[in-house]
Amino acid sequence: MSALVQLLEVSKRYADTPALHPTDLSIERGRTTVLIGPSGCGKSTLLRLIIGLVEPDSGSIEFNGAPIGADNIDNVRRRIGYVIQEGGLFPHLTARNNATLMARHLGRKYQETKERLSELCQLTRLSESLVERYPLELSGGQRQRVSLMRALMLSPELLLLDEPLGALDPLVRASLQKDLKAIFAELKQTALLVTHDLAEAAYLGDEIVLMNEGRIVQKGTIIDLRERPANPFVSEFINAQRGIASV
Amino acid sequence: MIRISKRGKQERFESGNDESRKSKQFRRSLVSWIPGFLLICLCVPAFPTSSSSAADVVIGSKKFTESYVLGEIGKRILSDAAIPAEHRQGMGGTIILWEALRGGQIDAYPEYTGTIATEILKSDPSLSLDQIRDSLEKLGVGMTAPLGFNNTYALVMRRSEAQRLGIHTISDLRKHPELKIGLTHEFLEREDGWRPLRARYGLPQQDIIGIDHSLGYNALANGSIAVKDAYSTDAKIEQNNLVVLEDDLQFFPKYEAVFLFRSSMRANAIVALGRLEGTLDEARMIRLNAEAERARNYARAADLYFERSARPNALNDSFPRKLARWTLRHLQLAGFSLLLSILVGIPLGIVASRGGAMGHLILGFAGVVQTIPSLALLALLVPLPFFGISVRTAITALFLYGLLPIVRSTATGLQDIPRSLRESAVALGLSPLARLWKIYLPMASRSILSGIKTSAVINIGTATLAALIGAGGLGEPIISGLNLNDHVIILEGAIPAAVLALLVQWCFDLLDRVLIPKGLRL
Repeated sequence: MSALVQLLEVSKRYADTPALHPTDLSIERGRTTVLIGPSGCGKSTLLRLIIGLVEPDSGSIEFNGAPIGADNIDNVRRRIGYVIQEGGLFPHLTARNNATLMARHLGRKYQETKERLSELCQLTRLSESLVERYPLELSGGQRQRVSLMRALMLSPELLLLDEPLGALDPLVRASLQKDLKAIFAELKQTALLVTHDLAEAAYLGDEIVLMNEGRIVQKGTIIDLRERPANPFVSEFINAQRGIASV
Repeated sequence: MIRISKRGKQERFESGNDESRKSKQFRRSLVSWIPGFLLICLCVPAFPTSSSSAADVVIGSKKFTESYVLGEIGKRILSDAAIPAEHRQGMGGTIILWEALRGGQIDAYPEYTGTIATEILKSDPSLSLDQIRDSLEKLGVGMTAPLGFNNTYALVMRRSEAQRLGIHTISDLRKHPELKIGLTHEFLEREDGWRPLRARYGLPQQDIIGIDHSLGYNALANGSIAVKDAYSTDAKIEQNNLVVLEDDLQFFPKYEAVFLFRSSMRANAIVALGRLEGTLDEARMIRLNAEAERARNYARAADLYFERSARPNALNDSFPRKLARWTLRHLQLAGFSLLLSILVGIPLGIVASRGGAMGHLILGFAGVVQTIPSLALLALLVPLPFFGISVRTAITALFLYGLLPIVRSTATGLQDIPRSLRESAVALGLSPLARLWKIYLPMASRSILSGIKTSAVINIGTATLAALIGAGGLGEPIISGLNLNDHVIILEGAIPAAVLALLVQWCFDLLDRVLIPKGLRL
């Protein structure tokens, strides 16, 4: 199994605050990696570094073995799907046009795009009757499904999800978690997901990367983290979440 | 009409280079001095050709409307007396005409007493007519009696109040320091205006306000002010039952129109020219100048003097036709300038939305332009090369005015797009241009359109000022009405302009539905 994305000594500061200390990380193909940690731990920064929304202060990021730079970033972005918390759908475009925006921009064939859209509707379990609606006419869960369709439209090699379910109510959230897991499995999708919810991380992640204060604290399965915590913070983090979950 | 005729009056002083002359150019409101100013710049004296003429009498004229008209009238009166006459039009300025007269290339030309005294005789502008006539005689030149109109400054009061206070002369004002005086801004500021007048007469009044010439008549009528400056030929002096205070210390020079002629000119020609004496009062001259400007035909204006022709066409124009003409021109002015504002404002707004020094510079510039009063902006543009008295200037001023709302609304609209959506557009891999075109601009469309709407409404309103520089539009009746102090005429322009502004607003509201994507209107 080879790494699709490789971070080497990547660091980032915002003004005087280090957001990410020099960090190494590989995202393995076909697996779901989950970044987890408290707010401000650097997990979103890491994601944003990969998609090129922020530039690293030092270190390099390789995608498919090639370093990401200004010259190839747009190409890399087209091979990555990106889903954010509120969906990031453009309000002036219908669900269909949001999802097919990039395909149309790249001049993909209409029929091809149309078929891909139906396929994705099935995959994300969104009724096809909703695709002519505008984002404001959709529920939060439906918006996230459209956002996922948009991210998957061009069959990306990597799917980045930045707290995609963070703003949804628990029932919708549970249903979407299940769907996500199924989609990842069906597509054998390489995915990198940011969440602060340990249960979600445990449910979706093949590998969990726990971060704190701009550093990776521990990598492994949920069992690794629970049974063999690297330091007291790991135990504290896991216990805190379990405590809430068991209430 | 009135606006045009004033321009004609001002043009008379085209070659002026002494203070008393210049005072005339600036005398009236902006309405009249802007055209005068431009004409000074443009007047390049044309030297007369020395070819001899078949005509017995050659009449010259200076290079401005009123002189042309007077020259034409002179030729007609000679022709009517069966004296073959020729009119050599627009030969140049005072000195050229004077030299041509002395040299015999022409036999007569229209001139003004103040000009004769200062420019030709190099003397004091307050020389009496007799003194002037005597001095000219020695040079072999004769002068008719005044044709009937004199253009100079004067102080005026309500007749009733002047009588009650026993004020007949400017000197009499010394006894009434409590009187409130309202003066045009030009008169207040000019080096040869209020300050030297006050010094000359030792006037004690402290309560001096600056007020627009036309509005000053209203202020005078309702007693807000007691004294104001006026053009001595102003028809409103009669209309408003005012009295001109006698300039007992002869502070104001006289500029009475006369004909100068070679003393050797044939006697019957001198007699014929003499028939013009006292026949042209101010009101009549204004009408003739207006007709000449309108028809671009001096012979036609001369016809009017001899009352050979019907009333000028402009007066026959029905109101609906005039209204249509004004409105069409108004829409052209506002529409074209708006288009320019949009074409320039949106790109500037896009640059400004990125912030930084450039953004501040753009918003700062557009903001500063907006703070310049529209009248002042017009006045600033007129003396510049390329601009002048033209539709171009009006459109440029309106364009500059329309800029800020569009730049600002574009910048704000773009800046208000949530960061998450900007990032989503970036993360999709859209090129910067595609992001702008497909995402950012449509998302900012509501804001941009509201800026355009604001600009359009401002432009419709401000375009009324275009009439000040002869660009026409609905401002034409407004300015005329102001000058005539005729509320009905003002409303003929003001009401359509207001209706137009509402209509434009309404059209843009409709346009919103077409141009703002449906998803943003939910």
